[in-house]
Formats: sequence, C-alpha cells, structure tokens
Amino acid sequence: MHSVEIKNLDLAFGATKVLQDLNLTIARGEFLVLLGSSGCGKSTLLNCIAGLLEVSEGQIFINGDNVTWAEPSERGIGMVFQSYALYPQMTVEGNLSFGLRNSGMAKSEIASRVARAAEILQIEPLLKRKPAALSGGQRQRVAIGRALVRDVDVFLFDEPLSNLDAKLRADLRVEIKRLHQQLENTMIYVTHDQIEAMTLADRIAIMKGGQIMQLGTPDEIYSQPRNLYVADFIGSPSMNFIPGTMSGGTASIHGISIPMGSTVRDGAVTVGIRPEHIATGDLAPIAPVQAEATVELVEPMGADTLILTSIGGTRAHVRMDGLAKVVPGDVIPIGLDPARVSLFDPKTEIRL
Amino acid sequence: MADVAFSGPHGPKPRRILNPRNIMLYGTLIVVTMYYLVPLYVMVVTSLKGMPEIRMGNIFSPPLEVTFEPWVKAWSEACTGLNCDGLSRGFWNSVTITIPSVLVSIAIASINGYALANWRFKGANVFFTILIFGAFIPYQVMIYPIVIMLREMGLYTKLSGLVIVHSIFGMPILTLLFRNYFTSLPEELFKAARVDGAGFWGIYFRIMLPMSLPIFVVAIILQVTGIWNDFLFGVIYTKPDLYPMTVQLNNIVNSVQGVKEYNVNMAATLLTGLVPLFIYFVSGKLFVRGVAAGAVKG
Repeated sequence: MHSVEIKNLDLAFGATKVLQDLNLTIARGEFLVLLGSSGCGKSTLLNCIAGLLEVSEGQIFINGDNVTWAEPSERGIGMVFQSYALYPQMTVEGNLSFGLRNSGMAKSEIASRVARAAEILQIEPLLKRKPAALSGGQRQRVAIGRALVRDVDVFLFDEPLSNLDAKLRADLRVEIKRLHQQLENTMIYVTHDQIEAMTLADRIAIMKGGQIMQLGTPDEIYSQPRNLYVADFIGSPSMNFIPGTMSGGTASIHGISIPMGSTVRDGAVTVGIRPEHIATGDLAPIAPVQAEATVELVEPMGADTLILTSIGGTRAHVRMDGLAKVVPGDVIPIGLDPARVSLFDPKTEIRL
Repeated sequence: MADVAFSGPHGPKPRRILNPRNIMLYGTLIVVTMYYLVPLYVMVVTSLKGMPEIRMGNIFSPPLEVTFEPWVKAWSEACTGLNCDGLSRGFWNSVTITIPSVLVSIAIASINGYALANWRFKGANVFFTILIFGAFIPYQVMIYPIVIMLREMGLYTKLSGLVIVHSIFGMPILTLLFRNYFTSLPEELFKAARVDGAGFWGIYFRIMLPMSLPIFVVAIILQVTGIWNDFLFGVIYTKPDLYPMTVQLNNIVNSVQGVKEYNVNMAATLLTGLVPLFIYFVSGKLFVRGVAAGAVKG
C-alpha cells in the first residue's frame, strides 16, 4: 500500500495556478525530497499534504485514507518548519507535549512519549528550558521532536535546515538520515539545496512551475536528467551545454566526434557534459574520446580545482584534481566518455 | 597592548559637547518640553494656593502657604449641578464605565483581529473594509441614531448603554491594531499549532494570547485614556447621577454661580487626569518587552 498518494492535484490562488494536475505516489518508508528553486510550488505541495492549504481540485490519500478534507491533526502527519515555529512561552517539554495534550492523551503516556523522543534526539537536559534559551540546532531538534512524539507515519519537513549555518546543517542532515533509518517512516522533505536532496533522498522530485519535471532516484536524476532544466539544476557547477550536430550515431561538437552508439536521430542536438566527467591529466589519454581545451580561469577549491576552459570556442567548466597545477593560457588534453554524455533536443529541451 | 604608543588618531574620536548638532537637538527638546510642562506647573502651584494668594495674580510664583484644601474640596465638596459631593461620585462612575468598556472592547477586538489575520474566512476582506470604513465616520453623525437604538433597547441613560457605545466605537481601531499584530507573528507558529490539533480557541488562548502582551498593553492604554477622557458620549447617554468624571469636571469649572475658585478647578482637573497618567507610567515599560523572542530563528 502507498503511504502517500496524490491524484490530479490542482491548487490556484485566484487566477494564479500554483500546482497543476500533479500526481505523486510515495511508498511506505520512503524518503522523498521535493527539490526546486523558490516559487516552484514545492512548499505549497507540502502544505497541501499537511492540510494547511485547501486544494482546488484532486485528492490526497495518506495510508489509503482519503484525507482531502481532513484537518491537519487528523491526517497522521508531523511537520517540521524552517523557522522551527516553537511556542515561545512553553518549555521544551510543553512544546513536545502540546499536540498530545490537545488530543486528550493520558498523562503517563504523554510523559513516556516525550521521554522517548527526547532520548532519540538527545535533548533530555533541555526539557525544562524555553526555546529562547536554545541554540539554532537545539531548536530544530525540538521541532523534530514535536513531530516525533505524535508517533505518525508521515513526516513533513519544510526546509528544516535552511536557517542553520553550514556546519550545523551538515551535522543535522546526518542526524535526519539516521533518524529515518531508525524510525523507518515516510518522510517528505522540501529543500532548495541539491546536496541535501542528493544525500537524503530515496527519490527526488524536481519541481518547476507547479509541475514535477522528473521523479527518480538521486542517481537517475544525476546521470540521466530527463530534460535541460533538471540537467542544469542538479550539479554544482552545472552541466556544460555545447551545441552540436548528430549524424549516424555520432555527435560532433567543434570537430570533436563522440560516437554515441545509440540510435539518436540526426540533426542539431545539445550535448551535455558534467564538469566532473571530463577527464584530465593522466586519465585523459585513456578516455575513449580525446580533445584539447584552453584554460581561461582557475578556481582552486582545495579538494579539487575548477577551471573554466574553452573547448573549440565554447566555455565549459572542468573539474580537476586539487593538486593539478594549471595557469590561464595552458592548453590541456581532455578526455570524454560517451557513456557519460547526455543529448538533448535543442527545441523541446527533452533528453534524446 | 597598553605599551603601544600610537601616533596620529587612535581610539574613539573626541567630540565637543556643545556642537551645533547638540545645541539644535537639545534646544528643540527643551522648548517642546517647556511647552507641555509650564501649564502643568501653573496648575499644580495654583491648586496648592488659597484664593487670596491667587487674587494677587502671580500665577508663576510658588505657593507661599501650601494648602490641600482645594483638593479636598474638589474631591468631596464641590457642587456639580444638583449634587454637592465633589468629583468622587464621577470618579466611581468613570471607573464603572471604563473597566467593562475596556475589557469588552479589547476581548472582542482581539478575537476579531485574530480571526482576520489567521483564519481567512469567506468575506473576511469585505468585513475588514467595512470595519475600517467605520473608523472614518465622524461620531457626531451617529449620536442621534444611537440614542434611538439605546432607547428601544431600554438602555438609554444607563451605564450599560454607555459601555456598549464605548465598546462599539473602540472596535475599528482596535481590530486594526490586533489584526496587524497577529499578522506580524510568524505564520508557521499558527500552522504548527494546527498540525498539533489545536482549534480556533485553543490557538487563540494558548499560542496567540501569551505572545501578545505588548499589543494588549497598547490597547489598554488607548482604551483607558480614550474612554476615561470621553466627554461627549458621557454627557449624552447618561443622566446627572451617572455622569462620568469629565462631565462633572466641566460642571465644576463652568459653573456660573458664585466666585470662580481657580484652585479648586485646577485640583479637579488634575484629579481627573491622574488615572490615564497612572496607566501610562505603569504600563509604559511593557512596551519594549520582546515577547516573541525565541519563537523563530534568532
């Protein structure tokens, strides 16, 4: 049985259509990430699932029940917000137990659930404090705890780590992943951070303009982006797009021939190559296709070095080993692997 | 560190106290302060003088002989129309008018504001527009229709009628005040409370109210001063027995019989003004308390 199922969902604010005919099924225990730039409708979709926004058309099922008209508290969901949204006047314990007290649960049961959540999240020493006396990471942990005590099947995260600094974000990311492995419930996680998406997700849904552009495992999204938008969105720096032509199964860009070995139609194509899939140094000569590139700009980043090159007149990023010594003006040998090259139709922007 | 000898400018830049900017700033402040304080000073010293001393005409000079008799007379002996028991009667009338009016108007307006800000019900915008429009209609237009309405309800010349009138007239501005405050609170708190299963009243009493102390203080200051200082509604919708303090003050000061007792008039005026002043000093500090601290990112 599906954990969450969304059928033909529409949402419009007046004349503005935010979500259009959206279909999505999420398996039990799956970690699904909704990824997209701001305004793509990902948070709106999450709010619809939570019941905080009324849908214009369509249905939402959670655990097989039609919850389209149900109150947020009746849907069996817990939600974690970007700004934590802790009740400032209550202690951590009060925050954790608020929902349970509202449902009229017995005091002993509340106490044991709060204790269990506090243990899982390691916030036991903080239970008597007010949110104002907590650090950002601690507050977010309490916010997660508030969803945890409800013992729900579906967790909703609305950009939970966006307010934290880089290091804390990485730490809590690991903790959320561990929590998911431990609890094994369904999690739907909204973010605009592709690193979070790639590291956490079982599947990623990339959204744009209220529609899902591609739904797949992180590996699929990364290696086989369905269209130019997805290819451009995932990866940092993003994929290089070079105009080329296709004839007889071979793509050629500025005199470089890449035998694709597939039956792609002849004509103009956009060739997409990720910066990290362009071989340099010792690996360049052993790659199936060889070429040369002129270095224009060098950005050392420690572990690796990013160089902006010109391949036959088109600018392209290349990721090199951090120890490589290059200076602008150098002409370096590069190598390409047809298996890691993507082809897109320049007009429809869809993968060929 | 202290051993380093700097040459040239170092540390804070020295500033002269008497620079043009300070002279302008403090000069303006002093003039404005005097503008308010001199009349107050005249009132206080006059209320402490006996009539013979007032007749000498030095209104700025401090009292040669301090007497509290005018204050006693203003409070319990001065004649206001038919009654000669001073302002004390008006004081208690004003208290019994102000307290329920303030409580009722703030209770209703805060719920209105909360509903308008967080529960966007159908017709909310129309309702809000009408309410705000009400704030711009001059009171005088509505005086007579209200007289008829109160008469039909049997509340004309009763304190409860005046309480209703004050509560209604406080509604537009207070609702606007509360709506704007609740809108400024993080919306995610409201969402979190809904996910936690709290309903309309649960969210209002347990989430919103505890975070709204500052705006309640503002509303109390507005309403207490407004209702306490009201003269028009008090004189129209009540009868002499129930006149609020402001109406009685007017009757004392404007009485045309006998000698003008300036000292009693000044004392009566000061007595009438004490309540709003007290409210202001007591609650002023609460303005600056940041109650929402820790709710959201910080």
